[in-house]
Amino acid sequence: MSRRVPAALWFLAPALAALALFFVAPVAASLLLSLTDFDVYAVGDPSTLRFTGLRNYGALLGDPSFWTALRNTLFFVLVGGPLSVAVSLGGALLVNARAVRLRGFFRTVFFLPVVTTLVAVAVVWRALYHPRVGPLAELFRAFGLPAIDWLGDPRFAMPAIVGMAVWKNFGFNLVIFLAGLQSIPERLYEAARIDGAGAWQQLRHVTLPMLAPTFLFVSISTLIGYFQLFAEPYVMTNGGPSDATLSIVLLMYREGFRWWNLGYAAAVAFVLFLLILAASVLQLRLRRGAALEGAA
Amino acid sequence: MKRRVEALALHAALVALAAATLLPLWWMVAASLMPAGEAASAGLRLWPSRPTFAHYRALFDELHLARQLANSALLATAITAISLAVNTAAGYAFAKLRFRAREPLFRGLLAAMVIPGQVAMLPLFLLLQALGLVNTFAGVIVPGVASIFAIFLVRQYALGIPDSLLDAARVDGAGEARVFWSIALPALRPILVTLAVFTFLGSWNDFLWPLIVLSDDRLQTLPVALANLAGEHVQDTELMMAGAVLTVLPVVVLFVVLQRHYLAGLLAGAVKE
Repeated sequence: MSRRVPAALWFLAPALAALALFFVAPVAASLLLSLTDFDVYAVGDPSTLRFTGLRNYGALLGDPSFWTALRNTLFFVLVGGPLSVAVSLGGALLVNARAVRLRGFFRTVFFLPVVTTLVAVAVVWRALYHPRVGPLAELFRAFGLPAIDWLGDPRFAMPAIVGMAVWKNFGFNLVIFLAGLQSIPERLYEAARIDGAGAWQQLRHVTLPMLAPTFLFVSISTLIGYFQLFAEPYVMTNGGPSDATLSIVLLMYREGFRWWNLGYAAAVAFVLFLLILAASVLQLRLRRGAALEGAA
Repeated sequence: MKRRVEALALHAALVALAAATLLPLWWMVAASLMPAGEAASAGLRLWPSRPTFAHYRALFDELHLARQLANSALLATAITAISLAVNTAAGYAFAKLRFRAREPLFRGLLAAMVIPGQVAMLPLFLLLQALGLVNTFAGVIVPGVASIFAIFLVRQYALGIPDSLLDAARVDGAGEARVFWSIALPALRPILVTLAVFTFLGSWNDFLWPLIVLSDDRLQTLPVALANLAGEHVQDTELMMAGAVLTVLPVVVLFVVLQRHYLAGLLAGAVKE
């Protein structure tokens, strides 16, 4: 066994060195950075740098932009996330239904938006949402619905971005749900049918409980992904109108790479991390509680 | 009869969802082929009155996007090749080589997956600046090289290689490098194809980091260039749709051709340990 120690080291060294240097160390440095007043002057002359303790975090709590970004991001996560998962699950149930022909074709079609470049489809959706000449406005007109300035009205800008995100992402979770559905043993359905369970009861008492682990994986990964909202508002609205689509990562980008307030931006990044961590832990707890209840 | 109606309703729902999925992409392609001004004229148009490639020509002749297209292809290829080599070796070691602290180290890596990449970006930028890598291709490549997800994926797959196979080669006097190269790599081939497609698509579509690191127009990737153009050419809908098609087409073609591998890998990653 000891003979193999050097070999393993050679195999691991490149990956671990890269991770340590370009991920672990920067994450640790980010925490330190968030405790300093690193700004545009420190970029040129690091000697002006001062340790300021938790002052950045205090400033963050008093910054209306931060609360706006937090509210918008939570809206995106809490409305867009469940909506995405629901569409994915519904789509997967449809594709998986026994009578369906061309299952592979539908799966490919639904997955297509997932592989497209986010920036490119954001440009497309910006045009789709155009208040006067966009295809969506034309559709609304055809159905006699009122004209809506999707991206220009603070009330509708965030829902519009959610709409695009659901379109872009639902195929990803759909494919994962589909695999989960196909791994449910057929004999469970047979047993349920013998017990007289109809289609709805089979869904309620066989499919959904068996899908719980997949559901957990999908929910957490969607949640983590949605907290990182950036390119959609960057391209479609630049955070506007009047900060209605300003997200936490967009705030970090602006503070850090526009105004070079790196210390402040690092505090924003850490708040993002804490949010994601808390949400993941909460979701795990909830599911674990539900699983225990189900077992009892 | 009831069953027929059900099947019909089912397919109607699927076709409606498929239409909603495809419509934005269809419109993107159709608008990119329309004469200037037509996509933004009154009435919903799903077909160009006179198809024209003028906007595609403009992308190359006037906006010189060939350069950014090449940058994107080069960067995605480089990141894919390097990360494949680095992460395959590590994933294999975590599955098949015994060393001290293997389990805690692996668990630590898995736990670190919850940290969003954006947290590392600010110090990473300062680090790359100190190394003189800001505004270089290396600055884009370097942070994308090691991936915990890729290591995890390779490890899960490598666990399925029988130890007896590796040990037989060792008994025959093969060194660890040789065992890896001649026995493990061929066995890992399917997951490597998956990972290659996965990494290439991810790098091609990446936006935030290239946006931060590359300020020079001539070094920018296609998504960054497109985002900049979209800011300047708000009114030129047809031109922007052509730019979107140019950006999306390579990855969509790659996906459609290799989708079996891509989806297999996605599912391997989703399966819990």
